[in-house]
Amino acid sequence: MRMADWFEERLQLKRLILPSATHPVPRSSASWWYVFGSATLIIFMLQIVTGICLALVYVPSPSGAYLSLEHLNYQQPLGWFLRALHFWGSNFMVAMMSIHMIQVFLFGAYKYPRELTWIVGVFLLLCTLGMAFTGQVLRWDQDAYWGLGIGVAMIGRAPLIGADLVHLVLGGAIIGAETLTRFFALHVFVIPGLLFGLIGIHLLLVLKVGVNEWPMPGRLVDRATYRERYEEEVKKDGVPFFPVAARKDMVFGGVVILAILACAALFGPYGPNGPADPTLIRTVPRPDFYFLSLFALFALLPPYTETFLILVGPVVAIALLLALPFLAGTGEKSFRRRPMAVVSVVVILLALGVLTYLGAKSPWSPLMEGWSGTPIPIDYIKGRSPLELQGALVLQNKQCRNCHSLGGGGGLRGPALDGIASRLTRDLLIRQVLQGGGNMPAYGKNLSPAEVTALVAFLDTLRWPRDPVARSPVAPARPDR
Amino acid sequence: MCDHGVGGATPPPAPVSRRGFLFNLGIALNALAALLIGVPLVGYVASAVRRRGEQAWISLGPLASFPERQTRLASYTNPFRVPWDGKTANIPCWVRRLDGERFQVFAINCTHLGCPIRWFQESGLFMCPCHGGVFYEDGRHASGPPPRPLYQYEHRITDGQLWVRGGQIPTLSEPV
Repeated sequence: MRMADWFEERLQLKRLILPSATHPVPRSSASWWYVFGSATLIIFMLQIVTGICLALVYVPSPSGAYLSLEHLNYQQPLGWFLRALHFWGSNFMVAMMSIHMIQVFLFGAYKYPRELTWIVGVFLLLCTLGMAFTGQVLRWDQDAYWGLGIGVAMIGRAPLIGADLVHLVLGGAIIGAETLTRFFALHVFVIPGLLFGLIGIHLLLVLKVGVNEWPMPGRLVDRATYRERYEEEVKKDGVPFFPVAARKDMVFGGVVILAILACAALFGPYGPNGPADPTLIRTVPRPDFYFLSLFALFALLPPYTETFLILVGPVVAIALLLALPFLAGTGEKSFRRRPMAVVSVVVILLALGVLTYLGAKSPWSPLMEGWSGTPIPIDYIKGRSPLELQGALVLQNKQCRNCHSLGGGGGLRGPALDGIASRLTRDLLIRQVLQGGGNMPAYGKNLSPAEVTALVAFLDTLRWPRDPVARSPVAPARPDR
Repeated sequence: MCDHGVGGATPPPAPVSRRGFLFNLGIALNALAALLIGVPLVGYVASAVRRRGEQAWISLGPLASFPERQTRLASYTNPFRVPWDGKTANIPCWVRRLDGERFQVFAINCTHLGCPIRWFQESGLFMCPCHGGVFYEDGRHASGPPPRPLYQYEHRITDGQLWVRGGQIPTLSEPV
């Protein structure tokens, strides 16, 4: 104890920290709903510590990155665990930050006088997503390489400065050593530095403008009276942040860290998935889950809107987030009286959820091994004539199954072919095969007449027993008239 | 900062005191230093931009390795590679030999968002595994979201070898 006093006499930490730690907050804010921000901060600390540990071994060069990750996974004692902690920490951080943001939005905590806290928070969100993307690049596997390819293809759509930007991001004309070191510098120096600074401002603002009180329906925010009422409430019914509010933060933070530890121990590290050798083209690149929704969006947008939306969409989204406290900076705080706020959250979450699900499934992508790996089910060829069987072979060998499923197997890009004969007549089938259309390539040049005849003969047998045969809506021309 | 004497209300052009001069000198020196550091710093980081347009002719191998009426995967080493580039310096491309000395050399990158397209000999199509772009054997757009035909390398035939001009990732604003 005497030693503590000796240090205190010199450092005077109590005088520095105690007033901040024990500053009074509204009793209503010492709630389980107010723990997500501090949990995000705790995960960030975990990311810093595990990140430094990984940097002890990781080699930021294309020739060494992949090998050093394999070394971490299989040779360095506990290297796999550190990688797993860092990976699961990143997932939890993105998730926790999103929950924090939703809570702040629904509780109206971005309104006067906490506009700047929200704005700094938006930049924290951008930095965190930046960490997620740059971290994914450092894995330097096939997903990282082609993910960069997707990134520069998007940047390269910018008019006038597109090409320059691509070169600036890649550190040259093509993805190479300088690209990786650039992303390494961003991931371990630049963005963490920004994060430290922004978190400092974020916390300072929490101290200066106070923790948001529990929003009561009907209690409106008015610029003239809000601060006075807040001070009054805190004076009358405030509790010291530490330990009254902080103990819930501590419990929840502890649970979150334990959850990350459990995930890391149970599921282990992610990747690296195949070395970043561009000549290994038998790959199906997919981003990490937080970017799957974006990935899905690019498949589903009408192509003519794409360049515009890729370039303008993010700018508008960020501008909207930044403008929010100025567009709705006063008035009702409680989500019970803000139906549009609740609806927007539900709609955005549903959209992101559905897009992420679709991104994981990617039904729009041809199944590259569909033709060689998914045979036609036996029921579909039983009792068929030799010509029809020949057609089944054509269907298989010409990669039709990459896009068309039969009996639940095969690609989902085009319609399933079960029951096709009840939808298309023989003539329509021939036309569709030869000329394509409706997003199907034309096969006229790649099929001999004999192959087309056989293929259509087989397709014409694909009909459910009770369904009628497709008929032409136009009465056939009668030659005898 | 007060570079005027004590008691002066709003001074007429104040006589430059020694303190004021030192203060201004300090600001000026630091501004100059910031500029002198900033210019090479920006030049260093942005030098990647000025390196654009740099491309080199690279051999893809003897003509005999590309049979007529076939499309084959070829690869070249990035002409601007550095020793620590590893396998990332190996850049693939698709070579289609129509007949004789007529060639088409396609970049590996889909014109939609840059994923590696794959050639299917049997159906004569290039398919992309990311968002479902499909191209015909001559590079024309067949289906899916790609906004233009496949990127094609400039190529020539010298000494019985097929050469392409490469070393840059093709994008919509700088197609090969």
